[in-house]
Amino acid sequence: MQRKLAWQFLYDMTLARQFEQAAAEQYTQGNIGGFLHLYPGEEAVAVASLHAAEASDYVVSTYREHVHALVRGVRPAAVMAELFGKATGCSGGYGGSMHLYDAEHRFLGGYAIVGETFAIAAGVGYWLRMNDLTHVVLCYFGDGAVNQGTFHESLNMAALWKLPVLFVCENNRYQIGTEIHRHSAVPEVYRRASAYGIDSRRVDGMDVVAVYEATRAALQHVRAGNGPYLLECETYRYRGHSMADSGAYRSALELAELRARDPLDGFRERALAEGWLVAADCDEIDSEIDRVVADAVRFAADSPQPTDLGASVYREPLDLYGGRP
Amino acid sequence: MAELAYWEAIRRAHDEELANDPMVLAMGEDIGVVGGTYKATSGLYQKYGDKRIIDTPISENSFTGIGIGASMAGLRPIIEIMSINFALLALDTLVNAAAKIRYMSGGRVSCPIVMRTPGGTAHQLAAQHSARLARVFMSTSGLRVVTPRGAMEACGMLKSAVRCNDPVIFIEHERMYNLREQVPDTEYFRPLEGAEIVRKGTDITLIGYNWSFLLCMKAADMLERDGISAEVVDLRSLKPLDRETIRRSVEKTHRVLVAEEDEAAVGVGSEIISVIIEDCFFALDSQPVRIHAADVPVPYAANLEHAAIPDEHDVYQGALKALGRI
Repeated sequence: MQRKLAWQFLYDMTLARQFEQAAAEQYTQGNIGGFLHLYPGEEAVAVASLHAAEASDYVVSTYREHVHALVRGVRPAAVMAELFGKATGCSGGYGGSMHLYDAEHRFLGGYAIVGETFAIAAGVGYWLRMNDLTHVVLCYFGDGAVNQGTFHESLNMAALWKLPVLFVCENNRYQIGTEIHRHSAVPEVYRRASAYGIDSRRVDGMDVVAVYEATRAALQHVRAGNGPYLLECETYRYRGHSMADSGAYRSALELAELRARDPLDGFRERALAEGWLVAADCDEIDSEIDRVVADAVRFAADSPQPTDLGASVYREPLDLYGGRP
Repeated sequence: MAELAYWEAIRRAHDEELANDPMVLAMGEDIGVVGGTYKATSGLYQKYGDKRIIDTPISENSFTGIGIGASMAGLRPIIEIMSINFALLALDTLVNAAAKIRYMSGGRVSCPIVMRTPGGTAHQLAAQHSARLARVFMSTSGLRVVTPRGAMEACGMLKSAVRCNDPVIFIEHERMYNLREQVPDTEYFRPLEGAEIVRKGTDITLIGYNWSFLLCMKAADMLERDGISAEVVDLRSLKPLDRETIRRSVEKTHRVLVAEEDEAAVGVGSEIISVIIEDCFFALDSQPVRIHAADVPVPYAANLEHAAIPDEHDVYQGALKALGRI
C-alpha cells in the first residue's frame, strides 16, 4: 500500500474517532441538542469506501453521517458548527446532526427517515445515467433500513434502469436496539440483492483495507455500466444507537470481542508492521487531529446563531412567472 | 386562440416544457406507452423517448423519491401520481424529503419537482379512488400547492410549476379533464401564487378552488337570477395562500362562503375562515358558511355518492343562508 493512502486512512479514522468523541462531550455539556448518533467502531466503512470513490461521485447518507461528510472533505468546523446549530454550519444551522448537506462536495444529505435514502440516491443515479456521466452515487444505509419497502422498490428500479448506484450497507447488527436475527428473516443483507439481479458481496467492515478493495471493485462494476451493486460491510457501533441509548441490550462480552477488532487500532498496528507508516506518522496525526478537533469546537462555539426563520423555505420570489393573476 | 380540453392543456404544457429544457422529464404509472390514464402525456413517449417519459413500476413512494433525488442533481421531473389516493403512499418522500430538503440544507439544495395528481370524486369510483387530500399538502410547510380551475390555468400553471425551483403539488380533478376552454396559441405562463377574483360582485364572496370554484360560478349564476350579486374568488394556490385578495373581497361584500369537495375537519374551508376571522372579522355581517363533503368515506352507490359530495345547489343554499334569506 502506498504511504499516502495509509496516511489518509489513519488520519481520517483518527479524525472520525476524535470528532465523535468531542461531539459526545459537547452534547453532555448541552452545546449540541436533539439526537446525536455517533460512529465509533464503524470508521473503516466510511473512510475506505469514500477514499475508493472519486470526488466527482455523489454521496447520500443516513442520520449517522458526520464521518461521511468529514471524509468527503466537508470542513470539521462546518460539521461541528452544524451540530451546534450555528449559521456557519454546513446546513446553516437549519439541519443539525442528522441533516448535513454540502452541494460543493456532492454530499446530498443525511436523512433521518430510515430507508428514505434509497430512492433519493437512485434519483441522482437517474440523472447521471440520463446524461451519460460515469460518476456513481454511494448510498449508505444500515441493516435496519432493508426492511423498508423503499429498499425493495428502489433496488428494483435501480436494477431495471441500470442506475449507477453503489448501495453500501453498514450492517452494525442492530436496528436501534433490535438485533438483526430478530428483525430480518434473511440476516445476510447482501443475499437480498439477488432478488433484483443485483451483484453483491459481504466484506469485513472492521478492516479498512478490505473495504477499500471491495469498494474499488464494486465501483468498477458500476462504472462499467452494469447497473447497481450492493456491498454489505459487517461492522459494529461501540456506543448506543444515539446519545439517548446506553446500548444495554448488548453483552459486555460481545462489545469486548468487537473492540478487540477495532478498525483504527488494527490498521495502525498493521501499517506500522508493514512499514506503510512509522511511529512518528502516528504521533503527527494524533497531534494534528487534536488541534483540528479543538479548532472545530472553538469555531462552533464562537459562531453566531442563524437569525432568519423563513429564509430558505422557498427559493422563488412571490411574483413568479407572469406576475399577479 | 384554440379551444382545449383540460387534459390537452396539460399535455401541451408537458410538450412545450420537454421541448424547452432537456432536463425536464415525466414519470409515472402508464404515462409512456399508454400515454397516461387521463391522456395527459399521450404521444410524448414516441416524441421524447423512454429516458424522458418514464413508465414506472407501481412503487409510488420510491418513484416519487427517485424524482426528488433526480431534481436535487439537476433534472426537473414532472411526476404523475395516477390518483391522489395513491399519493398517500408517497407522503413520506413528499413531506419528509421534498418539502424539507431545501430548508434543512439551509437553502443549499433545492427540489424542483412537480407532482401532478387528480384529486376528487368522479363517478362511482368508491372510497379508495375518491380522496381529495388538498388539505394534507396545504398543511405542509415547504410545498407549493396549486389547483388550476380550467384549461387556461392548467397549461400556464404547469409550465410555471416546471420552471419553479420549489416542489409544487399540482392538483387536478377527474371530472375536469374533458372541460374545454379557450387557450392562447402562443406560449404563456400563469403565476403560481395569488388568488383571483374571477367574477365581480357586491353582496357575497364565494370562495373555491378547481372543482369547487366551478360550483361557486354556477351558484353565482343562480344567485344572480334572485337579484344577488356574488363575487367569486378562485384560490388558485392553496399554499402559499393569498390572504390579501380574500380580505379585500370580504371587506367589500361583508359575507362569505367557502366551498370545498373535501370533508370539513381541518380543511381548506376551516383555514380560509380562520384567516378571514384573523384579518377582517369586523367586516363580516353574518357568520361564514362552509360547504363541504359529508363526514363519510365516499360511498359507491350513485345516490349516496351524490349525497356525500356538495354540488352547486348546496353552494347556492349556503349562500342564501349567509345572506339571511333562509
